[in-house]
Amino acid sequence: MSLVNFTMREITCKIVYYGPGRSGKTTNLHYIYGRVPDARRGRMVSLATQTDRTLFFDFLPIDLGQISGFTTRFQLYTVPGQVYYNATRRLVLQGADGVVFVADSQARQLDENLESLQNLQSNLLEHGVDIRTVPLVMQYNKQDLPRELILSGADLDDALNFRGVPSFSADALHGQGVFETLKGISELVLKKLAAGSAA
Amino acid sequence: MTTALHPKYSFDTFVVGAANRLAVTAGRTVAENPGTAYNPLFIYSGSGLGKTHLLMAVGHAAKKAAPALSIEYLTLDEWVEAFHAAIAAGQGDAFRRRFQNVDVLLVDDVQFLTNRKEMQSELLRLTEALQTAGRQIVLTSDRPPPQIADLDERLISRLSGGLVVDIGVPDYETRVAILRRKSEERGVRFDPGVLETVAGAEFANVRELMGALNRLVAFQAVNEASVTPETAKRILGLSPAAAPVAAAASSGGPGRPGGADEFGAFLADVTVTVGKAVEAWRARVTEAMLRWEGEGYRTQRLEALLKQEAPAAVDAAITEFAHDVERLKALESEVAQFDPEAAGHSVFRDPERMGEAEQAAARVREGGAPPPGPSAAFPLVAFAVGPSNQVAVSAARAVLEHPGKKYNPLVLVGKSGLGKTHLLNAIGLELARKRGAVVACLSTQAFIDELIAAIDGNHVDWWRARYRRATALLLDDIHLIAGKERTQEELFNLFNLLQDQDRQLVFTAPTPPNTLVGLEERIASRLEGGLVAELTEPDRDVKRTVLERLLTLQGINAEPALIDYLADRHADSVRGLVAGVQRVVSAAAAQDAPVSAGLAREVLEGQAPREARRSAGLRTSGLVVSSLGGIKSREKMVWDWTDPTDRVIEEFR
Repeated sequence: MSLVNFTMREITCKIVYYGPGRSGKTTNLHYIYGRVPDARRGRMVSLATQTDRTLFFDFLPIDLGQISGFTTRFQLYTVPGQVYYNATRRLVLQGADGVVFVADSQARQLDENLESLQNLQSNLLEHGVDIRTVPLVMQYNKQDLPRELILSGADLDDALNFRGVPSFSADALHGQGVFETLKGISELVLKKLAAGSAA
Repeated sequence: MTTALHPKYSFDTFVVGAANRLAVTAGRTVAENPGTAYNPLFIYSGSGLGKTHLLMAVGHAAKKAAPALSIEYLTLDEWVEAFHAAIAAGQGDAFRRRFQNVDVLLVDDVQFLTNRKEMQSELLRLTEALQTAGRQIVLTSDRPPPQIADLDERLISRLSGGLVVDIGVPDYETRVAILRRKSEERGVRFDPGVLETVAGAEFANVRELMGALNRLVAFQAVNEASVTPETAKRILGLSPAAAPVAAAASSGGPGRPGGADEFGAFLADVTVTVGKAVEAWRARVTEAMLRWEGEGYRTQRLEALLKQEAPAAVDAAITEFAHDVERLKALESEVAQFDPEAAGHSVFRDPERMGEAEQAAARVREGGAPPPGPSAAFPLVAFAVGPSNQVAVSAARAVLEHPGKKYNPLVLVGKSGLGKTHLLNAIGLELARKRGAVVACLSTQAFIDELIAAIDGNHVDWWRARYRRATALLLDDIHLIAGKERTQEELFNLFNLLQDQDRQLVFTAPTPPNTLVGLEERIASRLEGGLVAELTEPDRDVKRTVLERLLTLQGINAEPALIDYLADRHADSVRGLVAGVQRVVSAAAAQDAPVSAGLAREVLEGQAPREARRSAGLRTSGLVVSSLGGIKSREKMVWDWTDPTDRVIEEFR
């Protein structure tokens, strides 16, 4: 993975939205897509079933233009959440510079969240990457649902965020918390870039 | 290729306000009187303010006023594409004719002319042609002509020569009017105050305004409940107190999705983070690297800097590097004056090898590049000796034994094809064997050409130094110097210098020097001052040697009778002899017969007239010897063919 290319003056960040099925990963990308000016975004590639389940993965390239003289691009990916698409998940995860874990805030989805988080850890390990070294943020999505159905951000932090990474409450459908999450992960990725570029 | 005019985009659907009144009036005028009022009409505005609409409206109105008119609308990109396709198909002229015959040409988005020089000149030509023919051209852009980057001055003045109008952002009233008309078109009714609320938000352009309206239309259709001004604000993310831009700048608290420009806020944040990540010094080093690499220099030194955590004195290192590169450039251009080939050497592109570069330059400065040497194709052992050239050969041997001392200069005289060039190069080769020998051996023509190049490149001193270092100078075809005053002058000086230092001089000429026309007396007398050795027509011994060697070389086991016959035949030069043999050999190959004396007789005596065609040039030896060892012959290497049918076979092979 070459995050910063000093010769070509390019910064390319690959950010993967990870999480259980129907947690709202694609929704995040859709919202971002809608907010990025035409000239800045590439075509959003989305392979979904008729019922809007992501079949393969979504891909959204964003061109941030020249920053400090570097052509900066973000590539946002989602993985299919359903359990049986693990090969695809592993493939998409390859070379990721940062991961957004999109958790479904509904109380009854807690097990799925945990399972997906473990799956993330093991898939990263398959690529020889320790989850503790990867820039990671948590997004607790669907916080707009009735209080009685969901766990609060604090509860979810307790349940999922044992590493204490930055976490964001979100309502991806209406855009709340979407850009905050993206900002959060971008900062982690870019800070790691600053630390790593000297090597 | 040409886009059809969109029926929706007419003047009737164009909402006129203060910001666009002038543009609309101009558009109407132009549509009513194409080619006479404002030509060209140039309309510019920001994105989404109605340029395309207005442009198409002009087209519609013009068509309505005069249905016979031919009207073309296309974007600049389409036009460029059409042009490239036409050029690729070899139809460039047809393309030009086609657009020159359009009555009203409407070109959208001409700002994309930036960096397209050939399209700019094409547009200039087209505009001129249309104007001259009284045809109308209307163009749109997102900025006025002078602000289109990299636009040809002539085109700027041409485009600004008609009328340049802009369309501004519509004011509140116009926005309300637009919203009303658009919702009417869609058959949607909103509660009072809703459209006013939307118009109150300052959208940057009409397109965004339409987007907002669309959202409301969709919301109302889905929810079956009328949108109120309050819900409208919520749907559109308009903060009740502030305009949307301000809302975006505050980048949204946790409870509320951000305003219209969430992305802008995100970008600003990322920019700060990247700025911190990519420290400024790295950017400077990278920039320097890119610059010098782009110019073809090696930049390991700078690359090494990047690998360090926090190097000291980055700027000093960059400055030093730049300084080194400048020095290399200076050395390179100095070297290039003398020897363009040497200037291309990689040491002049690597600041880490500055020392080597300096040395290389010093060598060149001292005339380090050796003068052209003898050709390896003419060894002395291969020179056939006989009574006819005995004098010349023994003179050559004497010269080799006592270079510069016995016969200096040695002038080999004889007709073309007798082996002068061979002997000259052979002497050169033998002389070059000596330690520290620098043998200059070249044709006089090459010598003259070098001098001309040196004069042209303003480095005659260097050229002289090169030859003054020579321990021997051998010039083929010295008679070519005739009439070349400057070369004679240079040769005169060089001659004296070399002779004074007992360095060997050898020349060849077709006739003795004192008979050569155009040679200065001082040169001719100096040439006569040594030994003039003549080579005459090849004698039997020479011919035998040559024949045996030639036939063996071609793998022909010649019968003695053949050798005898050929050697006894008259040949005015070795080359003529060789030509005869070639004829016989090729005839034998064509007839699939052995090379025999009988065949030779048949071939050489049966077709006597062919001899006439082969004129032995008197002026030069016919062979141009390059120092690289190759031989370029001014004559054809295959001299004769037995008959045309063989020739056909040869060419088909």
